[in-house]
Amino acid sequence: MIEVTGLTKRFGSKIAVDNLSFSVEKGEVLGFLGPNGAGKSTTMRMVTGFLPVTKGKIEISGVSVIRNPIEAKQKIGYLPESAPLYNDMTVQGFLKFCASMRGLSGNARREAVSKSIETCFLENVARQSIGTLSKGYRHRTCLAQSLLHDPEVLVLDEPTDGLDPNQKLEVRKLIKNLGKEKAILFSTHILEEVSAACTRAVIVDKGSIVADGTPEQLSKEGGGSLYDLFHKVTSFETPAA
Amino acid sequence: MNTWTIFKRELTSYFTQPTAYAIAIIFGLLSTLLAFTIGGFWNIADASLHGSFFRFHPLLLMILVPAVSMRQWSDEHSTNTIELLGTFPVNLRSAIWGKFLASALIWALALGLTFPMVVAVNHLGSPDNWTIFSGYLGSFFVCLTFLAITTLVSSFTRDQVVALIASVAICCILTILGWEPVINEIRRSGSDTAVETMTRLGIYSHFFEATLGKISFTSLLYFIGLIITCLFGTSMVLKSQRS
Repeated sequence: MIEVTGLTKRFGSKIAVDNLSFSVEKGEVLGFLGPNGAGKSTTMRMVTGFLPVTKGKIEISGVSVIRNPIEAKQKIGYLPESAPLYNDMTVQGFLKFCASMRGLSGNARREAVSKSIETCFLENVARQSIGTLSKGYRHRTCLAQSLLHDPEVLVLDEPTDGLDPNQKLEVRKLIKNLGKEKAILFSTHILEEVSAACTRAVIVDKGSIVADGTPEQLSKEGGGSLYDLFHKVTSFETPAA
Repeated sequence: MNTWTIFKRELTSYFTQPTAYAIAIIFGLLSTLLAFTIGGFWNIADASLHGSFFRFHPLLLMILVPAVSMRQWSDEHSTNTIELLGTFPVNLRSAIWGKFLASALIWALALGLTFPMVVAVNHLGSPDNWTIFSGYLGSFFVCLTFLAITTLVSSFTRDQVVALIASVAICCILTILGWEPVINEIRRSGSDTAVETMTRLGIYSHFFEATLGKISFTSLLYFIGLIITCLFGTSMVLKSQRS
């Protein structure tokens, strides 16, 4: 479903993503691990069509993000890193707006908004202004907009960031469930999330993949600990792109 | 369809904050106040509203229009909602036009709310209402031009204050270039070419034609050309920022 081949991104003379290739199939949850500035968010922004690529190919269910961005974007649900939202809207109003932008209208839009609110446990704040929400609710509101159009592919940039332990658990469960029907690419700093939610994981460092496998394989490679493998294959600090 | 969705969001956003109400009130009060004081509405018996009312519009709009629209794209940058917009299956042009048209409607309403002036002149005499309508059209074109300039400037920065200062500066230059006292000063120095160039580049001469009931093809081309150039420039800037 997600097919990335030889993906490269340069910002001036700096290479943020270097000849990256990976694929995510339906029913797969791929964890995207790496230190800050490793190129995870840049890769995700290219996969979702937000950033233009310098070199390489990205296909979503056979549709090229570079040649047919509009068609490809219809198949993707995206949660950006900072969970951006319009603070002057209510949760429900924001989701209605996003659903309309996704081409939904009438009953289909109403149902999609209700389902997303229910899935992301937003019933209590549905009519509340986004500007007054806590970080956890803001994150879940942004996650809800990514599910509205029931996309084939989900790209989630640090979906559990800012959530309390209970909410983290719920979101991991949600990702795992959604992963049965969709192809999910999600980035995280929390290594426990890999075994909790991913079927496969890649570790990225300085824009390149340095480890790839199932959580069990990666742990084995690190001598029984994913932490040890992460320390071994990644640099201490990478300047952000 | 998407232009309409963004248009509705922007319009709602104007009315959920005090912005739209504040503009309508400030613009209405100041333009009327100027007409009755410096404009000398009673003394010059100005039935077309050309000399007493409309002539102050560019001076007010060059500050008020950027104040309203400075957040148009800078806010999208600072809250990063631009990333959300950029990953929706929509063309960037739809977003630019949706935002622009919503602000344009706010200004159409603000201008419309000065209708008591029209009622007053109709009550006092028999004015040429076409000339008055043409004056309003001229004011609206000035609004749209300043709006397009602010749209372009706000696409460069995430800082609303920077967007405001830069937009007001550009709108001021365009206004002052063709402003009568400035033109008269240049004329005194004897350079006809400079006078002609400044008159053509400035917004005042094109606006004045409209307030006299004569909207020429050149003036229309001037306004529409500036608007399209700025909006096209906005699209270019937003695209180039991603790469």
